[in-house]
Amino acid sequence: MKRLWLPGGFVALIVLAALCAPLFPLPDPIRQDVANRLAGPMAGSWLGRDEFGRDVFSRLVWGARTSLGVAFASALVAGIIGVTLGLIGGWGKGAAAFLSVRSMDVVLCFPPILLALLVVTLLGPGAATLILVLSVLYLPGFARVTHAEVLSVKGRDYVEAARALGARPSYLLLRTVLPNIAGPILVQLSLAVAAAVVLESGLSFLGLGVVPPAPSWGLMIRGARATMEQAPLLLVWPCAALTLTILAMNLLCDGLRDALDPRTAGR
Amino acid sequence: MSAAWLARKLATVVALAWLVATIVFLALHMVPGDPAELLLSTGGVSPDPASVAELREKLGLDRPILVQYAAFLGGLLRGDLGTSLVDDYPVLSEIALRLPRTLELIAAGTAIAILVGVPAGVYAALDRGGRFDRVASGVTALLLAVPVFVVGTLLVLLFAQTLRIMPAGGFVAFSQDPAQHLKLLTLPAIAIAKGLAAVLFRMTRAAMLDALANDYVRTARAKGLSPNRVIFVHVLRNALNPVVTVLGLHMGTLLGGTVLVEYVFNWPGMSTPLLRAVEGRDYPMVVGIVLTISVLFLLINLLVEMIHAWLDPRVAHS
Repeated sequence: MKRLWLPGGFVALIVLAALCAPLFPLPDPIRQDVANRLAGPMAGSWLGRDEFGRDVFSRLVWGARTSLGVAFASALVAGIIGVTLGLIGGWGKGAAAFLSVRSMDVVLCFPPILLALLVVTLLGPGAATLILVLSVLYLPGFARVTHAEVLSVKGRDYVEAARALGARPSYLLLRTVLPNIAGPILVQLSLAVAAAVVLESGLSFLGLGVVPPAPSWGLMIRGARATMEQAPLLLVWPCAALTLTILAMNLLCDGLRDALDPRTAGR
Repeated sequence: MSAAWLARKLATVVALAWLVATIVFLALHMVPGDPAELLLSTGGVSPDPASVAELREKLGLDRPILVQYAAFLGGLLRGDLGTSLVDDYPVLSEIALRLPRTLELIAAGTAIAILVGVPAGVYAALDRGGRFDRVASGVTALLLAVPVFVVGTLLVLLFAQTLRIMPAGGFVAFSQDPAQHLKLLTLPAIAIAKGLAAVLFRMTRAAMLDALANDYVRTARAKGLSPNRVIFVHVLRNALNPVVTVLGLHMGTLLGGTVLVEYVFNWPGMSTPLLRAVEGRDYPMVVGIVLTISVLFLLINLLVEMIHAWLDPRVAHS
């Protein structure tokens, strides 16, 4: 459990900053101030200003809100639908149960970013498109994990006991099976959030994700690339924020997996 | 690797390719509303009805859906991917021009990743708990966390902008100037290699540690084989199987990463027309490129499975 504290604390800090962004006395992240284009650190702007004179620190904090908002929303949507499909697939019998899990595997035939670009072509860029695409991409993971876990759990004695006591299938699935397989699903959720942050930033970097002038780390890196010569630090801040966030999330995933997996929990 | 095994694998690839094509075809029809109107709309402004009708005709949307589907699959079989909506240029010609450049980048990136990741993993496993092992494991965690476009951008910032020892990007044909061609290839190939190298390092290290614990290793040592022979002939060969599997699993990420890396370094591969087409809502071009890369993905996975079967004959018999 000790390995969870540091990355967990860091992720919590970023999530908290993202949630509380409107409460901080930060300058407006999209207000332009052309007189202070690419200005260095100054009073009220610790990290300076970007190519449109917008406050960099404020954009970093608000960017966390965009990135994490999109990532958590899509992971949750994928989780809810994927777990439902996995429960049906693992519990039920016949073609419907089989299809509910295996049909998801079709998504895995595509390299993720390409499927995303295909959908962006059709629906146009934006946060809503991103959430849709990312949740479709992470569906198979949830469906597969849930399916496998239900299969391993459904023959256990405590499930039999609950059934013998007369529990209905819905009660069995939601109150008996689901709590017992929550661990792997939670790990899957943390993996999906981390992966979604990476993909969201990548698409925004290409100019096909979050629509400017909304602040997003990927968009900030895209913008700072053009002014790399005059203001290299502008490039470093969003890169560092993104990398540290993903690093902390990855370590948190590893820690969670170790803590929740009975085979490695004792180590 | 028997012929029957290979035939079965090939049949699976064909079936998956058909599935991919069908999904791409259906994607256009699954969106709510008129796809032609959707592709032409920008920022809530309704497009002019005449151009919508023209696009409907061009995409064949005015015909019954089964006829469209048959025409689409028929076109694919004949190698006809349609023409760009923007400049009427055949999609296939664009792909034929650019695919080799993308493949070169992928091949170079994979080669670097294998040359760095596998030996480092072997060495870390032999040095378990030592300084190299700990440093390399830390670096790996960092490499896995940095998105590929961040690595690319930072490489440009460091080597092109600050140290000025490498070009920031671009492309020169190999036949024109081999040295400059390789120089321009270096940074993007490194950027692509970083994730795969990290994954290969982790997998090689874990698989080596597993293989080292086997009885046959003790036997090989006991009968007096040199340490090098034990490691390279007995342990490494068995450790390579899971490594090859991971190589296959990581190819999707690698192909996606190529899109970003080509953009960062202005490498004129498949990603330039792809991104331009996505931005210009040029649907046939996007479909052509997505299909090509997805089929490429399936073929690379087949190749990986073949290597796997060659390394471990049990695979082809199970």
